[in-house]
Amino acid sequence: MPVNAAKARPGWTFWGAVLWLAVVVVSAATAGWWAVPAFDAMDWDNPGAAPGTRVDNAVLQNADETQKGPYVYRLGTDTMGRDVTSRLIYGARVSLLVGLLAPVIGFILGGILGCLAGYFRGRLDSIIVAAMDVILAFPGIVLLLALTFYLGPSLRNLVIALGLLTIPAFSRVARANTLTLRDLEFVQAARLTGAGHLSILVREIIPNVIAPMTAYALLIVSFMIMAEGALSFLGLGVPAPVPSWGGMIAEGREVLEEAPHVSMIPAAVMFLTVISFNLIGDNLRSLAERRTSQL
Amino acid sequence: MGIIWNKIVRLVLVVLAVTALTFLMVNLLPGDVADMIGGQGTSQEDIQTIRKGLGLDRNIIVRYVTWLGHLIQGDLGQSYLTQESVLHVIMIRLPVTVELLIISQLLTLLLALPAGIFSAYRNGSFLDRLISIGGFATLSIPGFVMALVGIYLFAIQLRWLPATGYTPLSYGFWANIRSFILPALSIALIEWVALMRVLRSDMITTLQQNYILMARAKGLPPWKVLVHHALRPSSFTLVTVLGMQIGRLLGGAVIIETIFALPGIGRLMVNAIYARDYMVVQGCIILITIGYVVINTIVDILYNILDPRIRTEPSHAG
Amino acid sequence: MMAKRQIKPLLAVENLHTFVPTTKGQVHAVDGVSFVLEPGKTLGVVGESGCGKTMTAYSIMNLLPRGTVISPETTIEFLGQNLVGLPRPQLRRILGKNITMIFQDPMTSLNPVIKIGKQISEVLVHHLQMDKQAARDRATELLKQVGVPMAGRRFNQYPHQLSGGLRQRVAIAIALACEPQLLIADEPTTALDVTVQAQILDLLAKLQEKTRMAMMLISHDLGVVAGRTHETAVMYAGKIVEQAATDELFNHISMPYTRALMDAIPRLANPPHTTLQTIGGQPPDLIDPPPGCRFAPRCTRARNRCRQQEPALRNIQGHNHRFACWYPLET
Repeated sequence: MPVNAAKARPGWTFWGAVLWLAVVVVSAATAGWWAVPAFDAMDWDNPGAAPGTRVDNAVLQNADETQKGPYVYRLGTDTMGRDVTSRLIYGARVSLLVGLLAPVIGFILGGILGCLAGYFRGRLDSIIVAAMDVILAFPGIVLLLALTFYLGPSLRNLVIALGLLTIPAFSRVARANTLTLRDLEFVQAARLTGAGHLSILVREIIPNVIAPMTAYALLIVSFMIMAEGALSFLGLGVPAPVPSWGGMIAEGREVLEEAPHVSMIPAAVMFLTVISFNLIGDNLRSLAERRTSQL
Repeated sequence: MGIIWNKIVRLVLVVLAVTALTFLMVNLLPGDVADMIGGQGTSQEDIQTIRKGLGLDRNIIVRYVTWLGHLIQGDLGQSYLTQESVLHVIMIRLPVTVELLIISQLLTLLLALPAGIFSAYRNGSFLDRLISIGGFATLSIPGFVMALVGIYLFAIQLRWLPATGYTPLSYGFWANIRSFILPALSIALIEWVALMRVLRSDMITTLQQNYILMARAKGLPPWKVLVHHALRPSSFTLVTVLGMQIGRLLGGAVIIETIFALPGIGRLMVNAIYARDYMVVQGCIILITIGYVVINTIVDILYNILDPRIRTEPSHAG
Repeated sequence: MMAKRQIKPLLAVENLHTFVPTTKGQVHAVDGVSFVLEPGKTLGVVGESGCGKTMTAYSIMNLLPRGTVISPETTIEFLGQNLVGLPRPQLRRILGKNITMIFQDPMTSLNPVIKIGKQISEVLVHHLQMDKQAARDRATELLKQVGVPMAGRRFNQYPHQLSGGLRQRVAIAIALACEPQLLIADEPTTALDVTVQAQILDLLAKLQEKTRMAMMLISHDLGVVAGRTHETAVMYAGKIVEQAATDELFNHISMPYTRALMDAIPRLANPPHTTLQTIGGQPPDLIDPPPGCRFAPRCTRARNRCRQQEPALRNIQGHNHRFACWYPLET
């Protein structure tokens, strides 16, 4: 879908997005070292505490039960008194893992299928396109629900289910690009010099398909994060007690009136992360387009 | 005519493939309805009896073919849980989803059309950029978050609209519509962007055509030029995308329906999946898939009608 | 200056300066053009592509691209009213009704998804407030007048079902629908077959006689203008460089550029394989024009003075024949 990139070249929004993602990734990676309470430590004295609440008897993660000290719930607590900051950074792990790993499945499998279809055309092409159409004909939610149900809710199954769902989209991008590429001169030249199909696919086609697919992949990443959020919201994501952004938003629903921050803060974090991936993917795509148009 | 026939054949094939897949998927789920009906602590024997009674012990292929046979006769079977006809259950819920669809798409068009026309007309202006940025941002908001924000703003803070729940038409037209506004808005606020972009892009191209210059030379005011002369040639992609969105929404409104507790098809399907009520699940999927493919076929056909250049033969007489 | 006559001019363009914004800067597309049109008369405007003749027409018709500026010193008086600076709604009441235009390429100037009859009747409805049926009847009548056979059936057809010549006739019907006092025809026959060209031009002449409307016939082809106009103006690089009654102009060509244009027309009388005369070089850059006469770089008769000082448009004593040249032909 042609995007009217409001920002044409990498401006401050691009770098802002990169910065934000860096923050998220680093936080998720270093979650274990943060001076926060454990993500499932429930402070029943302060359920739904507003951001900035100060307490004197919090127990930090990695610390002894007996070591209670002062602590500020910078982002408040949720309905069970769990520290939002702590849950956010651990939840980031889930969102990032799902968001980054699931598309890999689609990228590889969808990419291969798409390249094969676009390169060989004919019967193989028709079959692959038809199969993709069937998957697409399914309402995605249904597929997800059924798959997660069949496989059982867990992080691994979530990644697999979502990944499978992205195969048709990736195959389309790969196929479209392969179709254009195979008619270009350098591919014809390779054929004439007697190169085999496999060698052409690997040497000429695939390297040139990877660029547009990667730009597209970043958009898929943001979609995956939103999808994981939706599933967790419905209770079908990663099971408790592991926090996830979608789950946190769902939990905050019942106290939307009294303590909106419980839902809104993870929602804002998710929004910023998603829009960051979108911005970067968008910029990469216009860069890729500009390069191919000079071809 | 041949083209239409082709599309119908394709429709049937896809539906067949989808039903087979569904059947397979649903029946491979561990645990089944018999467990659910029997409940905890029922003996294995009793569960077997229940299974036999429901015909679940027969071979899967036999079951599929039998089911297909019934399908062609219009019988979607019975819900294992409630014994009601699946068709009946679906038909009760369908109008709710359809109403949500109609209202949300109307709202989407209400947002997308003026935005698309305006940003094409004033291409490159500040307002155009603002609309693009706004669109970009709203696309990054997941549907359920949009719904929650809407609930927070309109139901909780402003108390203008109900937070959840469905009021049937029998309670009054306005009350009924009110229960759809927030859900429809949650959908529309995300979907308008795709439509706006497509319209904007096509319209920018159209506005550079000579016949638009001619329309201006007629002394027509800008709005007439935009709406009467520029809109129609620019709306082909728009119609296609709209069709795709409607098709997807039949099943894709699940989350919205769940959040707002609307008794529609989506929610029916989710509950049926939880309860392992195969027949209902299958029935819903069939309906949704058929709906999706039919709508896309209609859009295809509509395309041919919209563009008179395809419809009539160019003549070289005169 | 043409002597003021008894008949009040229909259109008086005075000192038209039009600046078009481009990525490379502002182009002075029309540089001080002035002329007068009387009712029932035809003015031919001739010049190469890019000389500003179309921009002149667009300046009158309010069809300039967004960001284009007309100098506030310009006046375009139509029936005594200055169109420059007139508020848009008022301008739109005149354009399409009293002043209308037909364009160069009939293949693209009609809306492909609207029936041709409707494209005519909409001006009737909009400007004359006719009701639908009356507009329909009048539109069908107009189609007959412009020579479209089976007008009743054609009314419901789409542009792609008509040939180029027929489409241009439809465009003429649209332009004539509200009985305008002035018709601007921008290269109306350039995109048509040679055989059809004469038909269209004859049709325009016939209709003009009937309605006594004034016409501005724009073309790059001197041949089109000869014999069909009362007065001719030759434009180059945004300026008028020669202007006179058509007969006078053709019989006493003064400006070398006009001569070159004349010579460039291929003639049947020439022996076969005669080299076509072309005018070497390119038109000047109108963002930053060179000093002196703009045609000097390409002129075979140019001398020093031409390159340094720009000649003004002036009259020979007693004749109504203006030209801008230091060393005109026939002196």
